[in-house]
Amino acid sequence: MRPLEARGDPERIAIGLLLEGVFQRYGYDFRDYAPASLRRRILARVEEEGLASVSALQERILADPGSMAGLLGKISISVTSMFRDPGFYAALRRDIVPYLKTYPFIRVWHAGCATGEEVYSLAILLHEEGILPRCRIYATDINEAVLEKARAGIFPLSAMKQYTDNHLKSGGRRPFSEYYTAGYDGAIFHSFLRENVVFSRHDLAREASFNEFNLILCRNTLIYFNPKLQGRALGLLAKSLAPNGYLALGSRESLHSCDGADAFEDVDARQRIYRRVA
Amino acid sequence: MTGGRVVVVGCSAGGLDALDGLLGGLGEDFPWPVAVVIHRGADSDFDMIRGALSSCARLLEAEDKTSLSARAVFIAPPDYHLLIDEDRLALSTEAPSHHARPSIDVLFSSAAALGGGAVGVILSGGGKDGCAGAREIAARGGLVFVQDPATAGSQDLPRAAAAALPAARVLPPKGIARALVLLAGGAKP
Repeated sequence: MRPLEARGDPERIAIGLLLEGVFQRYGYDFRDYAPASLRRRILARVEEEGLASVSALQERILADPGSMAGLLGKISISVTSMFRDPGFYAALRRDIVPYLKTYPFIRVWHAGCATGEEVYSLAILLHEEGILPRCRIYATDINEAVLEKARAGIFPLSAMKQYTDNHLKSGGRRPFSEYYTAGYDGAIFHSFLRENVVFSRHDLAREASFNEFNLILCRNTLIYFNPKLQGRALGLLAKSLAPNGYLALGSRESLHSCDGADAFEDVDARQRIYRRVA
Repeated sequence: MTGGRVVVVGCSAGGLDALDGLLGGLGEDFPWPVAVVIHRGADSDFDMIRGALSSCARLLEAEDKTSLSARAVFIAPPDYHLLIDEDRLALSTEAPSHHARPSIDVLFSSAAALGGGAVGVILSGGGKDGCAGAREIAARGGLVFVQDPATAGSQDLPRAAAAALPAARVLPPKGIARALVLLAGGAKP
């Protein structure tokens, strides 16, 4: 008897089946996430759960919501830092703040805020520029557990030296240590910084626009989407921007190869700052 | 366009000479895309790297979702991991691996998913970052070249990789380049 012909890559097929199962069972749609980074996170979960295969992980996840929470945590964690890319924050001060100052009331959306380091960085910057009281910052992420951490605003003390340096390089106007107190758990950032911040759950891949913003930061979130999903998300971001509103991406993300790019024009291509074409 | 083949290279800052020798030996018409992780600090300057790699005409710093194309050599940007994602490059902000971001292991592991199409090259370097990824490439049917430790500025990584991978081909950088050119089916002009 002739042997059966097999095609494709078994690992890729198994991952596809896992994602389909997750979508049907829990409603989270990761099917259009960028394959390479997603594969990496799934294989890490297989190992962390002490299992031998992606199929075994699928079986456990379908039966156990706790295991799904573990996968969700793995997929949605993005390791960020305060004032990451100081050059970007310097450009924000220089190029965007003067425009924001012309508005009596300013709406900012931080899409994909993760554990919040960049949200607090933004709040510090807006405070130093004297406009924080006029701002409403919406900080969203797909994962509620991660939002809890962001709300707490406690970051490792060991990171403060690097963050102090970043803040200074970005044009920081006050000593960075003024913004936190050193506690047992870590550096506790002052609550005034989050008074004008609303942390809430939002799935950039699926949900609709919910407001109109003067500035949207979406940094190192679109890298985890495949080109099709990235195009869709960019369409959502464009719709959520007020005329002449600004969009800021991560330092090595580019609009130019994607769908939805023609809704924007370059403001500072090097720092990945764009403006919605009116 | 690339026939599903990618060359992934890893080295530390001390390996720029070796990398320059390798890239010069590949020549401008090398038909497969080359993606490189050089261990770099978060504020590392691409112009400095480009200056040190003067043998390479088409050196580009990778951006997210850049299409893989032949005759280009992509360098991982600072403070991101670089991955091969089917026919494109992808970036990630996952935690550093062995204190490195960009990490050689992360790049090599993503290339291993290509199976027989992946070629890994380990050059001069310290530390462990790169060994596990090289093993994965070999385990999935790809090829691994390791710089001859005797020719390497930092021997730790090439030594560890050569020890972990008996099937790896151990050669000086120009020798690796010659072998790659032969594999790719052309002769260097």
